[in-house]
Amino acid sequence: MRDVAIIGVKTTRFGEMWGRSFRDIIVEAGVGALEDSGVSGDDIGSMFVGNMSGGQFVEQEHIGALIADYSGLSEGFHVPSTRVEAACASGGLALRQGISAVASGQDDIVVAAGVEKMTDVSSGSASTALAAAADREWEGMMGATFPALYAMIARMHMHRYGTTSEQLAQVAVKNHHNGAMNPIAQYRTPITVETVLNSIMVADPLHIFDCSPITDGAAAVILAPADIAHEYTDTPIYIRGSGQASDTLALHDRRDITTLDATVFAARRAFDMAGMTVDDIDLVEVHDCFTIAEICAIEDIGFAAKGEGGKLTEEGETAIGGKIPVNTSGGLKSCGHPVGATGIKQVVEITHQLRGEAGKRQVDGAEVGMAHNVGGSGATAVVHILSRER
Amino acid sequence: MSVARSWRHQVQRYNLIGTSCNSCGKYFYPPRTMCPGCRRDGEIVSYKFKGTGEIVTYTVIHTAAEGFEHQTPYVLGIVKLDEGPSLTSQIIVDPTDIYMGMRVRPVFRKLGDSGEKGIICYGTKFVPE
Repeated sequence: MRDVAIIGVKTTRFGEMWGRSFRDIIVEAGVGALEDSGVSGDDIGSMFVGNMSGGQFVEQEHIGALIADYSGLSEGFHVPSTRVEAACASGGLALRQGISAVASGQDDIVVAAGVEKMTDVSSGSASTALAAAADREWEGMMGATFPALYAMIARMHMHRYGTTSEQLAQVAVKNHHNGAMNPIAQYRTPITVETVLNSIMVADPLHIFDCSPITDGAAAVILAPADIAHEYTDTPIYIRGSGQASDTLALHDRRDITTLDATVFAARRAFDMAGMTVDDIDLVEVHDCFTIAEICAIEDIGFAAKGEGGKLTEEGETAIGGKIPVNTSGGLKSCGHPVGATGIKQVVEITHQLRGEAGKRQVDGAEVGMAHNVGGSGATAVVHILSRER
Repeated sequence: MSVARSWRHQVQRYNLIGTSCNSCGKYFYPPRTMCPGCRRDGEIVSYKFKGTGEIVTYTVIHTAAEGFEHQTPYVLGIVKLDEGPSLTSQIIVDPTDIYMGMRVRPVFRKLGDSGEKGIICYGTKFVPE
Protein backbone atom coordinates (compact mmCIF):
# COMPACT_ATOMS: atom_id res chain seq x y z
CA MET A 1 0.00 0.00 0.00
CA ARG A 2 1.22 3.51 -0.83
CA ASP A 3 1.34 6.43 1.60
CA VAL A 4 -1.23 9.11 0.78
CA ALA A 5 -1.07 12.90 1.11
CA ILE A 6 -3.55 15.77 0.95
CA ILE A 7 -2.33 18.35 -1.58
CA GLY A 8 -5.34 20.67 -1.84
CA VAL A 9 -8.38 21.65 0.23
CA LYS A 10 -11.45 23.86 0.07
CA THR A 11 -14.60 24.39 2.12
CA THR A 12 -17.39 26.65 0.86
CA ARG A 13 -19.07 29.07 3.21
CA PHE A 14 -21.47 27.16 5.46
CA GLY A 15 -24.98 28.47 6.09
CA GLU A 16 -28.40 29.04 4.56
CA MET A 17 -27.60 29.59 0.90
CA TRP A 18 -30.98 30.08 -0.72
CA GLY A 19 -29.44 31.65 -3.82
CA ARG A 20 -27.19 28.72 -4.57
CA SER A 21 -27.95 25.17 -5.69
CA PHE A 22 -26.59 21.76 -4.70
CA ARG A 23 -24.45 21.60 -7.84
CA ASP A 24 -23.20 25.19 -7.44
CA ILE A 25 -21.70 24.56 -4.03
CA ILE A 26 -20.05 21.22 -4.76
CA VAL A 27 -18.45 22.60 -7.92
CA GLU A 28 -17.16 25.59 -5.92
CA ALA A 29 -15.56 23.23 -3.38
CA GLY A 30 -14.04 20.96 -6.03
CA VAL A 31 -12.63 23.80 -8.13
CA GLY A 32 -11.29 25.52 -5.00
CA ALA A 33 -9.48 22.39 -3.87
CA LEU A 34 -7.97 21.87 -7.33
CA GLU A 35 -6.77 25.50 -7.43
CA ASP A 36 -5.28 25.07 -3.96
CA SER A 37 -3.37 22.00 -5.16
CA GLY A 38 -2.33 23.25 -8.58
CA VAL A 39 -3.60 20.00 -10.12
CA SER A 40 -5.22 20.08 -13.54
CA GLY A 41 -8.66 18.54 -13.89
CA ASP A 42 -7.14 16.37 -16.64
CA ASP A 43 -5.12 14.50 -14.02
CA ILE A 44 -8.06 13.33 -11.88
CA GLY A 45 -8.27 9.55 -11.70
CA SER A 46 -11.50 9.25 -9.72
CA MET A 47 -13.86 11.05 -7.38
CA PHE A 48 -15.68 10.01 -4.18
CA VAL A 49 -18.48 12.22 -2.87
CA GLY A 50 -20.09 11.95 0.53
CA ASN A 51 -23.78 12.80 0.48
CA MET A 52 -26.35 11.62 2.98
CA SER A 53 -29.65 12.33 1.34
CA GLY A 54 -29.82 14.19 -1.95
CA GLY A 55 -32.97 12.17 -2.51
CA GLN A 56 -34.81 13.68 0.44
CA PHE A 57 -33.22 17.14 0.57
CA VAL A 58 -33.21 18.05 -3.15
CA GLU A 59 -34.98 15.03 -4.70
CA GLN A 60 -31.82 14.19 -6.59
CA GLU A 61 -30.02 10.86 -6.61
CA HIS A 62 -27.21 9.80 -8.94
CA ILE A 63 -25.04 12.41 -7.23
CA GLY A 64 -21.72 11.01 -8.47
CA ALA A 65 -22.63 11.43 -12.12
CA LEU A 66 -24.15 14.88 -11.53
CA ILE A 67 -20.97 16.15 -9.94
CA ALA A 68 -18.68 14.70 -12.60
CA ASP A 69 -20.91 16.31 -15.23
CA TYR A 70 -21.02 19.79 -13.69
CA SER A 71 -17.29 19.68 -12.93
CA GLY A 72 -16.57 19.18 -16.64
CA LEU A 73 -15.20 15.70 -16.00
CA SER A 74 -17.79 13.67 -17.86
CA GLU A 75 -17.73 14.52 -21.54
CA GLY A 76 -14.38 13.61 -23.02
CA PHE A 77 -12.91 12.43 -19.68
CA HIS A 78 -15.58 10.12 -18.24
CA VAL A 79 -13.94 10.20 -14.80
CA PRO A 80 -15.38 7.56 -12.43
CA SER A 81 -17.39 9.32 -9.71
CA THR A 82 -18.88 7.46 -6.74
CA ARG A 83 -21.34 8.68 -4.14
CA VAL A 84 -20.68 7.37 -0.62
CA GLU A 85 -23.39 7.27 2.07
CA ALA A 86 -23.19 6.64 5.80
CA ALA A 87 -25.61 9.30 7.08
CA CYS A 88 -23.66 12.11 8.77
CA ALA A 89 -20.41 10.12 8.36
CA SER A 90 -20.69 10.15 4.55
CA GLY A 91 -17.89 12.71 4.17
CA GLY A 92 -15.41 10.86 6.35
CA LEU A 93 -16.23 7.67 4.49
CA ALA A 94 -15.73 9.34 1.10
CA LEU A 95 -12.26 10.34 2.25
CA ARG A 96 -11.55 6.79 3.36
CA GLN A 97 -12.63 5.45 -0.04
CA GLY A 98 -10.43 8.02 -1.77
CA ILE A 99 -7.46 7.05 0.39
CA SER A 100 -7.99 3.39 -0.54
CA ALA A 101 -8.05 4.26 -4.24
CA VAL A 102 -4.69 6.07 -3.98
CA ALA A 103 -3.06 3.69 -1.51
CA SER A 104 -3.95 0.66 -3.62
CA GLY A 105 -2.41 2.16 -6.71
CA GLN A 106 -5.71 2.23 -8.56
CA ASP A 107 -5.52 6.01 -9.07
CA ASP A 108 -2.99 8.76 -8.46
CA ILE A 109 -4.98 11.99 -8.14
CA VAL A 110 -8.32 11.51 -6.38
CA VAL A 111 -10.96 14.00 -5.25
CA ALA A 112 -12.69 13.24 -1.93
CA ALA A 113 -15.60 15.57 -1.36
CA GLY A 114 -18.81 16.01 0.58
CA VAL A 115 -21.96 18.03 0.01
CA GLU A 116 -25.40 18.61 1.48
CA LYS A 117 -28.07 21.14 0.53
CA MET A 118 -30.51 21.04 3.44
CA THR A 119 -32.45 24.32 3.29
CA ASP A 120 -34.44 23.63 0.11
CA VAL A 121 -36.95 21.82 2.37
CA SER A 122 -38.72 22.99 5.55
CA SER A 123 -36.99 22.35 8.86
CA GLY A 124 -39.64 19.69 9.61
CA SER A 125 -38.87 17.84 6.39
CA ALA A 126 -35.15 18.20 7.07
CA SER A 127 -35.62 16.62 10.51
CA THR A 128 -37.58 13.76 8.95
CA ALA A 129 -34.80 13.23 6.41
CA LEU A 130 -32.19 13.21 9.19
CA ALA A 131 -34.25 10.73 11.21
CA ALA A 132 -33.52 8.20 8.44
CA ALA A 133 -30.03 7.93 9.95
CA ALA A 134 -31.66 6.20 12.93
CA ASP A 135 -33.86 3.08 12.83
CA ARG A 136 -36.95 4.26 10.95
CA GLU A 137 -39.15 1.31 11.89
CA TRP A 138 -38.27 0.95 15.57
CA GLU A 139 -37.14 4.44 16.64
CA GLY A 140 -38.57 6.96 14.16
CA MET A 141 -41.98 5.33 14.10
CA MET A 142 -42.22 5.73 17.88
CA GLY A 143 -41.75 9.50 17.62
CA ALA A 144 -37.98 9.61 18.16
CA THR A 145 -36.02 12.58 16.81
CA PHE A 146 -32.25 12.92 16.67
CA PRO A 147 -32.14 15.41 19.54
CA ALA A 148 -34.25 12.90 21.52
CA LEU A 149 -31.77 10.05 20.95
CA TYR A 150 -28.82 12.19 22.04
CA ALA A 151 -30.91 13.56 24.94
CA MET A 152 -31.29 9.97 26.19
CA ILE A 153 -27.50 9.58 25.98
CA ALA A 154 -27.09 12.87 27.87
CA ARG A 155 -29.60 11.88 30.56
CA MET A 156 -27.71 8.63 31.20
CA HIS A 157 -24.32 10.41 31.18
CA MET A 158 -25.56 12.95 33.72
CA HIS A 159 -27.08 10.27 35.93
CA ARG A 160 -24.03 8.02 35.89
CA TYR A 161 -21.17 10.52 35.90
CA GLY A 162 -22.66 13.73 37.28
CA THR A 163 -22.23 15.63 34.03
CA THR A 164 -24.16 18.93 34.23
CA SER A 165 -26.19 21.06 31.82
CA GLU A 166 -23.61 23.81 32.42
CA GLN A 167 -20.82 21.52 31.22
CA LEU A 168 -22.83 20.67 28.09
CA ALA A 169 -23.41 24.40 27.55
CA GLN A 170 -19.67 25.04 27.82
CA VAL A 171 -19.11 22.85 24.77
CA ALA A 172 -21.42 25.15 22.77
CA VAL A 173 -19.82 28.30 24.23
CA LYS A 174 -16.31 27.09 23.32
CA ASN A 175 -17.36 26.06 19.81
CA HIS A 176 -19.11 29.38 19.13
CA HIS A 177 -15.98 31.17 20.37
CA ASN A 178 -13.93 29.24 17.79
CA GLY A 179 -16.56 29.59 15.07
CA ALA A 180 -16.59 33.36 15.52
CA MET A 181 -12.98 33.31 14.22
CA ASN A 182 -13.78 31.10 11.23
CA PRO A 183 -14.75 33.03 8.08
CA ILE A 184 -16.76 30.12 6.65
CA ALA A 185 -18.79 29.39 9.81
CA GLN A 186 -22.59 29.54 9.81
CA TYR A 187 -22.79 31.19 13.25
CA ARG A 188 -20.05 33.68 14.03
CA THR A 189 -21.58 35.02 17.24
CA PRO A 190 -20.06 34.26 20.63
CA ILE A 191 -22.57 33.00 23.22
CA THR A 192 -22.60 32.46 26.98
CA VAL A 193 -23.64 29.55 29.19
CA GLU A 194 -26.81 31.53 29.96
CA THR A 195 -27.60 31.78 26.22
CA VAL A 196 -27.67 27.98 26.09
CA LEU A 197 -29.50 27.35 29.36
CA ASN A 198 -32.16 30.01 28.63
CA SER A 199 -32.83 28.75 25.10
CA ILE A 200 -35.88 26.61 24.39
CA MET A 201 -35.82 22.94 25.34
CA VAL A 202 -35.87 20.64 22.31
CA ALA A 203 -35.59 17.28 24.05
CA ASP A 204 -34.87 17.48 27.75
CA PRO A 205 -32.00 17.95 28.79
CA LEU A 206 -30.90 19.34 25.40
CA HIS A 207 -31.69 22.98 24.57
CA ILE A 208 -31.74 24.34 21.02
CA PHE A 209 -28.22 25.72 21.64
CA ASP A 210 -27.03 22.18 22.43
CA CYS A 211 -27.90 21.20 18.84
CA SER A 212 -26.03 21.68 15.56
CA PRO A 213 -27.99 23.55 12.88
CA ILE A 214 -29.36 22.72 9.43
CA THR A 215 -26.81 23.88 6.88
CA ASP A 216 -25.90 24.08 3.20
CA GLY A 217 -22.27 23.51 2.36
CA ALA A 218 -19.62 21.53 0.53
CA ALA A 219 -15.97 20.66 1.00
CA ALA A 220 -13.30 18.86 -1.03
CA VAL A 221 -9.75 17.57 -0.64
CA ILE A 222 -7.32 16.42 -3.33
CA LEU A 223 -5.35 13.25 -2.58
CA ALA A 224 -2.09 12.11 -4.17
CA PRO A 225 0.55 9.43 -3.55
CA ALA A 226 2.96 10.76 -0.90
CA ASP A 227 5.91 10.13 -3.22
CA ILE A 228 4.78 12.78 -5.69
CA ALA A 229 3.00 15.16 -3.30
CA HIS A 230 5.91 17.63 -3.28
CA GLU A 231 5.46 18.14 -7.01
CA TYR A 232 2.24 19.96 -6.18
CA THR A 233 2.76 21.60 -2.79
CA ASP A 234 5.47 22.55 -0.29
CA THR A 235 3.24 21.46 2.59
CA PRO A 236 1.61 18.14 1.86
CA ILE A 237 -0.34 16.79 4.82
CA TYR A 238 0.03 13.05 5.21
CA ILE A 239 -2.71 10.57 6.06
CA ARG A 240 -1.16 8.58 8.88
CA GLY A 241 -4.18 6.65 10.15
CA SER A 242 -7.65 5.76 8.92
CA GLY A 243 -10.15 3.76 10.95
CA GLN A 244 -13.80 2.92 10.49
CA ALA A 245 -16.23 0.93 12.63
CA SER A 246 -19.91 -0.03 12.77
CA ASP A 247 -22.33 -0.50 15.67
CA THR A 248 -26.03 -1.28 16.07
CA LEU A 249 -28.28 1.02 14.07
CA ALA A 250 -30.63 1.65 17.00
CA LEU A 251 -29.45 3.29 20.21
CA HIS A 252 -31.48 0.86 22.34
CA ASP A 253 -29.38 -2.12 21.15
CA ARG A 254 -26.03 -0.67 22.30
CA ARG A 255 -23.82 -2.39 24.86
CA ASP A 256 -23.61 0.92 26.75
CA ILE A 257 -25.81 3.95 26.05
CA THR A 258 -23.06 6.46 26.98
CA THR A 259 -20.26 4.90 24.90
CA LEU A 260 -20.04 5.01 21.11
CA ASP A 261 -18.21 1.72 20.55
CA ALA A 262 -17.91 2.62 16.87
CA THR A 263 -15.79 5.61 17.91
CA VAL A 264 -13.72 3.47 20.28
CA PHE A 265 -12.92 0.95 17.55
CA ALA A 266 -12.44 3.45 14.69
CA ALA A 267 -10.02 5.46 16.84
CA ARG A 268 -8.15 2.34 17.94
CA ARG A 269 -7.76 1.22 14.31
CA ALA A 270 -6.52 4.67 13.25
CA PHE A 271 -4.04 4.80 16.16
CA ASP A 272 -2.78 1.29 15.32
CA MET A 273 -2.24 2.20 11.68
CA ALA A 274 -0.41 5.41 12.63
CA GLY A 275 1.57 3.77 15.44
CA MET A 276 0.43 6.62 17.66
CA THR A 277 -1.48 7.24 20.90
CA VAL A 278 -3.71 10.08 22.11
CA ASP A 279 -0.59 11.80 23.47
CA ASP A 280 0.61 12.36 19.89
CA ILE A 281 -2.49 14.32 18.86
CA ASP A 282 -2.17 18.13 18.96
CA LEU A 283 -5.77 18.96 18.02
CA VAL A 284 -8.97 17.19 17.02
CA GLU A 285 -12.18 17.90 15.15
CA VAL A 286 -14.90 15.73 16.72
CA HIS A 287 -18.49 15.12 15.66
CA ASP A 288 -20.40 17.50 17.98
CA CYS A 289 -23.84 17.16 16.38
CA PHE A 290 -25.01 17.77 19.97
CA THR A 291 -22.97 19.05 22.89
CA ILE A 292 -23.17 15.66 24.63
CA ALA A 293 -21.71 14.07 21.48
CA GLU A 294 -18.48 16.07 21.90
CA ILE A 295 -18.18 14.95 25.51
CA CYS A 296 -18.72 11.28 24.55
CA ALA A 297 -16.25 11.65 21.64
CA ILE A 298 -13.35 12.99 23.69
CA GLU A 299 -13.92 10.19 26.20
CA ASP A 300 -14.33 7.41 23.63
CA ILE A 301 -11.21 8.46 21.67
CA GLY A 302 -9.31 8.58 24.96
CA PHE A 303 -8.56 12.25 25.63
CA ALA A 304 -10.53 11.93 28.89
CA ALA A 305 -11.49 8.97 31.06
CA LYS A 306 -15.14 7.86 30.75
CA GLY A 307 -17.26 10.35 32.63
CA GLU A 308 -14.55 13.04 32.75
CA GLY A 309 -15.33 14.77 29.43
CA GLY A 310 -17.54 17.41 31.02
CA LYS A 311 -14.85 18.22 33.58
CA LEU A 312 -12.13 18.48 30.89
CA THR A 313 -14.35 20.95 29.01
CA GLU A 314 -15.14 22.95 32.16
CA GLU A 315 -11.44 23.27 32.93
CA GLY A 316 -10.82 24.84 29.51
CA GLU A 317 -8.53 22.03 28.34
CA THR A 318 -10.48 21.59 25.07
CA ALA A 319 -10.18 25.28 24.13
CA ILE A 320 -7.46 26.65 21.84
CA GLY A 321 -4.44 26.89 24.16
CA GLY A 322 -5.68 23.99 26.30
CA LYS A 323 -4.27 20.48 26.59
CA ILE A 324 -6.19 19.19 23.55
CA PRO A 325 -7.96 21.84 21.42
CA VAL A 326 -11.27 20.38 20.19
CA ASN A 327 -13.21 21.74 17.21
CA THR A 328 -11.14 24.81 16.34
CA SER A 329 -13.40 25.25 13.27
CA GLY A 330 -16.37 25.87 15.57
CA GLY A 331 -17.42 22.27 15.14
CA LEU A 332 -20.78 21.19 13.81
CA LYS A 333 -22.39 23.41 16.43
CA SER A 334 -21.13 26.79 15.24
CA CYS A 335 -19.50 26.16 11.85
CA GLY A 336 -22.64 24.29 10.73
CA HIS A 337 -23.49 20.71 9.79
CA PRO A 338 -24.25 20.04 6.11
CA VAL A 339 -24.32 16.34 6.91
CA GLY A 340 -22.54 14.89 3.85
CA ALA A 341 -19.91 17.65 3.86
CA THR A 342 -19.02 17.66 7.56
CA GLY A 343 -16.48 14.81 7.49
CA ILE A 344 -14.52 16.53 4.71
CA LYS A 345 -14.77 19.97 6.32
CA GLN A 346 -13.18 18.55 9.48
CA VAL A 347 -10.21 17.32 7.46
CA VAL A 348 -9.91 20.67 5.65
CA GLU A 349 -9.75 22.42 9.05
CA ILE A 350 -7.06 20.04 10.31
CA THR A 351 -5.10 20.60 7.07
CA HIS A 352 -5.27 24.40 7.51
CA GLN A 353 -4.09 23.99 11.11
CA LEU A 354 -1.18 21.70 10.21
CA ARG A 355 -0.11 24.04 7.41
CA GLY A 356 -0.16 26.90 9.94
CA GLU A 357 -2.73 28.92 8.02
CA ALA A 358 -5.68 28.90 10.46
CA GLY A 359 -5.36 32.59 11.38
CA LYS A 360 -6.77 33.52 14.77
CA ARG A 361 -7.75 29.88 15.36
CA GLN A 362 -4.20 28.62 14.88
CA VAL A 363 -3.00 26.03 17.39
CA ASP A 364 0.68 26.77 18.00
CA GLY A 365 3.04 24.07 16.83
CA ALA A 366 0.31 21.77 15.48
CA GLU A 367 2.05 18.73 13.98
CA VAL A 368 -0.56 15.96 14.23
CA GLY A 369 -4.33 16.31 14.03
CA MET A 370 -7.35 14.04 14.12
CA ALA A 371 -10.81 14.11 12.52
CA HIS A 372 -13.72 12.12 13.97
CA ASN A 373 -16.96 11.75 12.01
CA VAL A 374 -20.09 9.90 13.23
CA GLY A 375 -23.16 8.59 11.41
CA GLY A 376 -26.51 8.49 13.17
CA SER A 377 -26.47 7.99 16.93
CA GLY A 378 -23.16 6.11 16.58
CA ALA A 379 -23.79 3.28 14.11
CA THR A 380 -20.82 4.40 11.98
CA ALA A 381 -17.65 6.19 13.01
CA VAL A 382 -14.67 7.21 10.90
CA VAL A 383 -11.42 8.53 12.36
CA HIS A 384 -8.45 9.95 10.46
CA ILE A 385 -5.03 10.99 11.75
CA LEU A 386 -3.15 13.61 9.72
CA SER A 387 0.41 14.78 10.12
CA ARG A 388 2.97 17.25 8.73
CA GLU A 389 5.55 14.45 8.88
CA ARG A 390 5.26 11.48 6.59
CA MET B 1 -45.65 5.12 5.99
CA SER B 2 -46.98 2.75 3.32
CA VAL B 3 -49.76 0.29 4.10
CA ALA B 4 -47.57 -2.76 3.48
CA ARG B 5 -44.80 -1.46 5.69
CA SER B 6 -47.14 -0.72 8.56
CA TRP B 7 -49.08 -3.99 8.14
CA ARG B 8 -45.97 -6.21 7.87
CA HIS B 9 -45.00 -5.88 11.55
CA GLN B 10 -48.53 -5.31 12.86
CA VAL B 11 -48.69 -8.53 14.86
CA GLN B 12 -45.30 -7.93 16.47
CA ARG B 13 -46.06 -4.26 17.28
CA TYR B 14 -49.55 -4.91 18.66
CA ASN B 15 -48.63 -7.88 20.85
CA LEU B 16 -44.94 -7.36 21.66
CA ILE B 17 -44.04 -10.47 19.70
CA GLY B 18 -40.35 -10.68 18.99
CA THR B 19 -38.03 -13.58 18.44
CA SER B 20 -35.60 -15.71 20.41
CA CYS B 21 -32.69 -17.94 19.43
CA ASN B 22 -32.95 -21.61 20.43
CA SER B 23 -29.18 -22.02 20.06
CA CYS B 24 -28.06 -19.39 22.58
CA GLY B 25 -31.28 -18.50 24.39
CA LYS B 26 -31.17 -14.78 23.62
CA TYR B 27 -34.34 -12.74 23.07
CA PHE B 28 -34.88 -10.06 20.42
CA TYR B 29 -37.30 -7.17 20.33
CA PRO B 30 -37.51 -5.51 17.85
CA PRO B 31 -37.56 -8.96 16.19
CA ARG B 32 -34.49 -10.18 14.32
CA THR B 33 -34.51 -12.94 11.72
CA MET B 34 -30.83 -13.71 12.28
CA CYS B 35 -29.22 -14.14 15.70
CA PRO B 36 -26.26 -11.68 15.75
CA GLY B 37 -24.37 -14.01 18.12
CA CYS B 38 -24.90 -17.36 16.39
CA ARG B 39 -25.53 -16.02 12.87
CA ARG B 40 -26.13 -19.02 10.54
CA ASP B 41 -25.84 -21.47 13.46
CA GLY B 42 -28.78 -19.85 15.24
CA GLU B 43 -32.36 -21.05 15.28
CA ILE B 44 -34.81 -18.17 15.43
CA VAL B 45 -38.34 -18.73 16.71
CA SER B 46 -41.20 -16.37 17.50
CA TYR B 47 -41.59 -15.30 21.13
CA LYS B 48 -44.28 -13.29 22.92
CA PHE B 49 -42.75 -11.06 25.57
CA LYS B 50 -44.25 -10.67 29.04
CA GLY B 51 -44.06 -6.95 28.36
CA THR B 52 -42.88 -5.76 31.73
CA GLY B 53 -39.57 -3.98 32.11
CA GLU B 54 -37.87 -0.84 33.36
CA ILE B 55 -36.86 2.59 32.10
CA VAL B 56 -33.16 2.71 31.13
CA THR B 57 -33.14 6.36 30.04
CA TYR B 58 -35.69 8.86 28.74
CA THR B 59 -36.30 12.33 27.36
CA VAL B 60 -39.21 14.75 27.21
CA ILE B 61 -39.65 15.85 23.60
CA HIS B 62 -40.76 19.46 23.08
CA THR B 63 -39.91 19.77 19.37
CA ALA B 64 -41.74 16.85 17.82
CA ALA B 65 -41.01 14.61 14.89
CA GLU B 66 -43.28 15.24 11.87
CA GLY B 67 -46.69 13.75 12.57
CA PHE B 68 -46.23 13.92 16.36
CA GLU B 69 -46.63 17.72 16.74
CA HIS B 70 -49.96 17.56 18.56
CA GLN B 71 -48.53 15.22 21.22
CA THR B 72 -45.88 17.57 22.72
CA PRO B 73 -44.54 17.40 25.27
CA TYR B 74 -44.25 13.63 25.08
CA VAL B 75 -41.96 11.22 26.90
CA LEU B 76 -39.76 8.86 24.90
CA GLY B 77 -37.76 6.20 26.67
CA ILE B 78 -35.63 3.13 26.26
CA VAL B 79 -37.31 0.22 28.03
CA LYS B 80 -35.35 -2.85 29.02
CA LEU B 81 -37.73 -5.80 28.93
CA ASP B 82 -37.39 -8.40 31.70
CA GLU B 83 -36.24 -11.02 29.16
CA GLY B 84 -33.24 -8.81 28.26
CA PRO B 85 -33.67 -6.80 25.09
CA SER B 86 -34.29 -3.04 25.00
CA LEU B 87 -36.64 -1.05 22.79
CA THR B 88 -37.59 2.57 22.16
CA SER B 89 -41.15 3.61 23.02
CA GLN B 90 -43.30 6.45 24.18
CA ILE B 91 -44.01 6.31 27.90
CA ILE B 92 -47.46 7.53 28.93
CA VAL B 93 -46.67 9.29 32.17
CA ASP B 94 -46.53 12.81 33.58
CA PRO B 95 -43.09 14.11 32.50
CA THR B 96 -42.36 15.14 36.09
CA ASP B 97 -43.07 11.65 37.45
CA ILE B 98 -40.78 9.52 35.30
CA TYR B 99 -37.44 8.30 36.64
CA MET B 100 -34.69 5.89 35.57
CA GLY B 101 -35.40 2.40 36.80
CA MET B 102 -39.20 2.98 36.85
CA ARG B 103 -41.10 -0.29 36.30
CA VAL B 104 -43.41 -0.21 33.26
CA ARG B 105 -45.98 -2.38 31.52
CA PRO B 106 -47.28 -2.33 27.92
CA VAL B 107 -50.52 -0.82 26.62
CA PHE B 108 -52.09 -0.80 23.15
CA ARG B 109 -52.15 2.72 21.67
CA LYS B 110 -52.23 4.73 18.46
CA LEU B 111 -48.64 5.51 17.45
CA GLY B 112 -49.33 8.04 14.72
CA ASP B 113 -50.99 8.68 11.39
CA SER B 114 -49.98 9.76 7.92
CA GLY B 115 -52.37 12.70 7.61
CA GLU B 116 -56.14 12.79 7.08
CA LYS B 117 -56.13 10.39 4.15
CA GLY B 118 -53.26 8.25 5.39
CA ILE B 119 -53.27 5.15 7.50
CA ILE B 120 -53.40 5.16 11.29
CA CYS B 121 -50.62 3.18 12.86
CA TYR B 122 -51.14 1.38 16.17
CA GLY B 123 -48.69 -0.35 18.45
CA THR B 124 -47.39 -0.72 21.98
CA LYS B 125 -46.55 2.08 24.40
CA PHE B 126 -45.72 1.76 28.09
CA VAL B 127 -47.23 3.02 31.35
CA PRO B 128 -45.99 2.80 34.96
CA GLU B 129 -46.58 -0.73 36.29
